[in-house]
Amino acid sequence: MELLMSGAAGKQSRWLSVHALLVFGFLYLPIAVLIVYSFNGAGVGGFPPRDLTLDWYRTLFADGAIWESVGNSLLVAACAVLIALGLGIPAALALDRAQFPGKAVFRRLVLLPLILPGIITGLSLLMLFNEAQIKLSLLTIILGHGTALISVATTEVFAGLQKLDRAQEEASLDLGANYWQTFWRVTLPNLKLSILGAALLIFTLSMDEIAVSFFLIGRSNTLPLEIWGRLRRGITPEINAISSIIFVFSLAAIVLWYRLRKAEGAPEVAAELIDTVV
Amino acid sequence: MFSRAYRAVISLPPLLWVTAFLLVPYFLMLCYSFWSVSQAQTIVHSWNFANYRQLVTVDVYWQTLLRSMWIAARVMLLSLLLGYPLAYFLSFRAKARKDLYYQLVIIPLWVSYLVRAYAWKTILGSDGVLNTLLQYFHLTSHPLDFLLYSPFAVVLTLTHIYTPFTFLPIYASLEHIPRNLVEASYDLGASPAQTFWRVVLPLSIPGVLAGATFAFVLSLGDFLAPLLLGGASGIMISNIVVSLFGAAYNWPLGAAISFCMLVLVMSLLFVSERWEKKWSFS
Repeated sequence: MELLMSGAAGKQSRWLSVHALLVFGFLYLPIAVLIVYSFNGAGVGGFPPRDLTLDWYRTLFADGAIWESVGNSLLVAACAVLIALGLGIPAALALDRAQFPGKAVFRRLVLLPLILPGIITGLSLLMLFNEAQIKLSLLTIILGHGTALISVATTEVFAGLQKLDRAQEEASLDLGANYWQTFWRVTLPNLKLSILGAALLIFTLSMDEIAVSFFLIGRSNTLPLEIWGRLRRGITPEINAISSIIFVFSLAAIVLWYRLRKAEGAPEVAAELIDTVV
Repeated sequence: MFSRAYRAVISLPPLLWVTAFLLVPYFLMLCYSFWSVSQAQTIVHSWNFANYRQLVTVDVYWQTLLRSMWIAARVMLLSLLLGYPLAYFLSFRAKARKDLYYQLVIIPLWVSYLVRAYAWKTILGSDGVLNTLLQYFHLTSHPLDFLLYSPFAVVLTLTHIYTPFTFLPIYASLEHIPRNLVEASYDLGASPAQTFWRVVLPLSIPGVLAGATFAFVLSLGDFLAPLLLGGASGIMISNIVVSLFGAAYNWPLGAAISFCMLVLVMSLLFVSERWEKKWSFS
């Protein structure tokens, strides 16, 4: 096959490599610019960058409002992980092994927030909280993120369940363990990697989420909303600085997540997540 | 092997939660869309079709919806043009480096949406990186002003954001193509081009459909990129909804627009799923 493919296929290969290079350039250009200009003394634009400085990072570290919003975001993300996993794990189990009327509808409903524009999830929850006379606060954002991200927990754990050898659970039950013990000692440990991966993903997505939070925000800002507020007031490289830091953390989280998925033997990662939705 | 009680315990909590926080809110959105706002700025719970009538009769609503669909269509097309060859390259040509390239594609996917939209703003602005670079090399004498605050900026940014989304399902479908089908095509004397158009492309259609749906649906509902980079000419339908829920204070009308979007999105998902089934070979 290699032999046959030379000639026309060789030309095709070169063309494809150039195209791939351009696409990677397009994907990474803004990120590179962002990081370079976080060290730029002369402001967010202007070519070439000049007066390299760490001043924007110093300003950033002295900026109380930003760090308060980081604290809020961490809290929201941690609670979102708990809610999403607390409901996503049983949801995945239910989809895997329970039959009930409306199961197909339930599956779609759980996954819907993944594909639906954030504005629809955000607004529909805003109306719910308004009718229930619940004041907007970090709690409403937590409920929003938790609900939207059950989808991620469910798909990740469901994928893990497909690889689980059910004989192990059967053996546990046969040997006299009850369902509860079997769940804690057999099912859950086997799903460890999926759950860890899901938690990491949910945490990162929640830290970055803005479209749903936009409508559910009370007095205290999450980090993306704090940045959003500043963007509308005029911009300084301080925003580049915080964005670069966010980038480094997202990068670390994603590489770690990828390793987990690899360890679990599921190379096609997020693709199946998308596959199950559409 | 699983008892009734076990199945109830695993199904009921998520079922109840999803009903309370997804099903009921969507239903509430539908209810709101039939209500109205009084002179005193309170919501009147009387049922009528006035909001939907407005959507059809007031030009700005349906025109903005059409323009948003046009923006979303361009984003979808560009994401496919960028994402498909990239996926093909990874799946058929990248060999040992596949894993590294794959990670390089998914990293931007999880980097904050806001951070990336903001980065484009600093690149495209009149004092931005691109304009000052062009002037520095004397390629232009004054800033190009169509770059920022234009539909162009919105399409560019959304394409940047949704290309990895489009890439993923296409890549997955290419990876699922049995390699011996491709080899058989070569063995039977087909050229690389013929093999691509007659074997590989048809087999990857489900992935293309999934990716295209993702790009179209998510950019259709976007309101942050237009707010940040779109200016007056880049306004999209969700921006109208945002203002109706904010300063313009007309939640019921906003709910009517959102509900139309919800229905539109669900029908697109439905159609795309039907087509995917039709095209899938396994």
